[in-house]
Amino acid sequence: MSLYLLRRLIQAVGVMAVMSLIVFLGVFAIGDPVDILIAPDADQIERERAIIALGLDKPLWMQYLVFLGNALRGDLGRSFVFNEPALQLIMGRMPATLELALGATIMAIIIGLPLGLYAGLRPNGAISKAILAISILGFSLPTFWVGLMLIMVFAVQLGWLPSTGRGETAMLFGLRWSFLTQDGLAHLIMPATNLALFKISLVIRLTRAGVRETMLMDYVKFARAKGLSPARVTFVHVFKNILIPVVTVVGLELGSTIAFSVVTESVFAWPGMGKLIIDSINVLDRPVIVAYLMTIVLMFITINLIVDLTYSFLDPRVRLESKG
Amino acid sequence: MMMKPIMAVAACFGLLCAEARAQNLTMAVGAPVTSLDPHYHQLSPNNAASDMIFDRLVDTDSRSRNIPGLALSWTTVEPNVWEFKLRPNVRFHNGNPFVAEDVAFTIARLPNVPNSPSSYAIYARPITAVEVVDPLTVRFRTTEPYPLLPLDMTNVRILNRATHERSTTDDFNAGRAAIGTGPYRVVSHRMGDRIELERNDTYWGERPAFGRVNYRMITNDASRTAALLAGDVDVIDQVPTSDLARLRTDQRVTLSEIVGLRLIFLGLDFARPAGENSPFVTDNNGQPLGRNPLQDVRVRRALSMAIDRRAIVERVMEGAAVPASQFLPEGTYSHVPDMPPTAYDADGARRLLAEAGYPQGFRITLAGPNDRYINDARIIQAVGQMWTRIGVRTTVEAQPWTTFVARAGRADFSAFLIGWGSNPDGSHPLRNILATVNRDRGWGASNRGRYSNARVDELTLQSLSELNDARREQILIQAQRLAADDVGVIPLHIQTNIWATRRGLTIAARADELTRAQDVRPAAAR
Repeated sequence: MSLYLLRRLIQAVGVMAVMSLIVFLGVFAIGDPVDILIAPDADQIERERAIIALGLDKPLWMQYLVFLGNALRGDLGRSFVFNEPALQLIMGRMPATLELALGATIMAIIIGLPLGLYAGLRPNGAISKAILAISILGFSLPTFWVGLMLIMVFAVQLGWLPSTGRGETAMLFGLRWSFLTQDGLAHLIMPATNLALFKISLVIRLTRAGVRETMLMDYVKFARAKGLSPARVTFVHVFKNILIPVVTVVGLELGSTIAFSVVTESVFAWPGMGKLIIDSINVLDRPVIVAYLMTIVLMFITINLIVDLTYSFLDPRVRLESKG
Repeated sequence: MMMKPIMAVAACFGLLCAEARAQNLTMAVGAPVTSLDPHYHQLSPNNAASDMIFDRLVDTDSRSRNIPGLALSWTTVEPNVWEFKLRPNVRFHNGNPFVAEDVAFTIARLPNVPNSPSSYAIYARPITAVEVVDPLTVRFRTTEPYPLLPLDMTNVRILNRATHERSTTDDFNAGRAAIGTGPYRVVSHRMGDRIELERNDTYWGERPAFGRVNYRMITNDASRTAALLAGDVDVIDQVPTSDLARLRTDQRVTLSEIVGLRLIFLGLDFARPAGENSPFVTDNNGQPLGRNPLQDVRVRRALSMAIDRRAIVERVMEGAAVPASQFLPEGTYSHVPDMPPTAYDADGARRLLAEAGYPQGFRITLAGPNDRYINDARIIQAVGQMWTRIGVRTTVEAQPWTTFVARAGRADFSAFLIGWGSNPDGSHPLRNILATVNRDRGWGASNRGRYSNARVDELTLQSLSELNDARREQILIQAQRLAADDVGVIPLHIQTNIWATRRGLTIAARADELTRAQDVRPAAAR
């Protein structure tokens, strides 16, 4: 087990190093951060000062080596724009994104699983067909448009929910969370729903397909023949077996929601990491881009690990390391 | 009987709400504030935030004219020495008195803010010494006569030596050091999200109308408008032009507009001499021309005449701009009078092209950003069609600002769209855009077309040592007129700055684009 974890860790470090190199080259290819950050009426002398202040006067390979050296000491550099340590900036935004992504994922599971189960058990019912048809909308409508429509309907027309922002927050574990206050929850509903729509549809379809496939299995037939109650057949024999693909996809989806909920965050002015990364890319704030993507790589690797661990729990046939 | 108390509570609650609403103001701005350190990053949104917390020696009114701020008056006592008389009895938010020593401290701090991506040092550079004559008199010594010093001081927010001696940018961002003499004090700050402010009741100037201000950043245009319509915010800036028609007729909102100081113009390739190829100009078969037609003033004039500025303003900009012939709008110091925008004249343009030796026209690529200025990509498409109509077959290339600006800086393009937000003084665009690139003088830093005219340079230099405002204005007008006759750039339009407030509020629209809480007031009862 520990050998397995160690191998995963080494993998993670390798991927992060490659990622940082790609970002360095990428930003260098796009343009010069000083061009974007400097005031238009700054003269040549001021430009030269800024280039030196941001460490951009050195050749690229040397900038990268300096970065690597600092990174080994846990310092991923300071944001060009905010003059704050990049990692601190990202961590400051993380709770906002985490609660949004978790909210969306929980909605996907609570709504998606039962609906998918129902649609799988009664594949020809009218309700099942309706569920399936609606899930197509969830897949195909652009998040951007749905978000704006939610705002127009529930905030502008009906006035039920606040249009944008994060609302009041309360402290927990030294971080700010908005799901702890009523105002915060009201602000959370629309963006979380917007993010969840796609996931709900995904879970519905995965569950439905899984159920339909499993229902035909011999062990299900045997369980039925044995005279077990339909509830026991469904929730013990079928349900446990369809969970593996669902857990995999939900896990990966959680990762990509945390990393790339850019559109929803900017439509709802949600002060999370997604908004930070898009703003940073727009001004070529390299330290933040690098630190962000490295954090994301680490997060994906961790999530994959957790998913793998969950497999072994759900399915005793899966072993984490091959013996021998 | 049971209903009554409940009704009473409800009514009272409603009243309280109204009361609270009258005291609180929520504003949403489209561009994020990146720092509360007033000397860290020179950027309009930061200057707007600083303006609520700090003060400047020389303030500016909504039309960007200089008015007394922390200084009551300023004058040159010798050609090289400016003397500022300071406002008495002004206190910082923490109670410290404001004195001349604080001005000296502030000027000394400007070049010494670590890691600044765009510092305010340029305003300290002309000053060789700051002399504290008495607590309310300060003198700035310069090497040469320097008429722009008061204008420079409109960009510098004053700090307190006792408070800020050791303050870092982090201290300002955390709110600990965000202590000024301004109309509002900082309650809390969440980077890129919101600043919460409360009224400074001991403010020396006009008392702000609102006790508490929530200054939010909503960068998405559609969401910002929706937040206003939903009643979640009271004021928004940068109203998207696509929403203008609808908002003008909406009973719930009031628009405030003013002609700004930002000119959108086209730059042309002067970097290649007349006998060389310009990178994006070819003949009609795509073969190199062997010369740079943009060096011929007749071609430049034809390209300018081919543009129907009124159509661009009305159709593309939805009326949120005015056609322009120069950098500064009417009514601004050193605006060139009697110089109307070039009239649309496609036939005249074709004749000029023929005269210049291009009766069949040529091909050109017009570049521009697609995420920087209002409707930037659509403007270059419109211009491209207009140029094609006179025989200059134009390909349009819109790209993100990040890649565009780097290439424009290297003079990669033959023709490109860009904008310039001026200080209200002709020397500002002259020195930065029209003057020959010269590192030692610090000139032409944004002259991306590399236009160069010795006479314009000479006049610009002359204006910089002329202390008499009236004479200086004449020199600046002469220089700008020369550059305009020469078509050094092709001006398109000056943007209108637009704010929207919920009905019952007004905001004093500012030419400098700054969105500040102290400019918002309840509308006068009709």
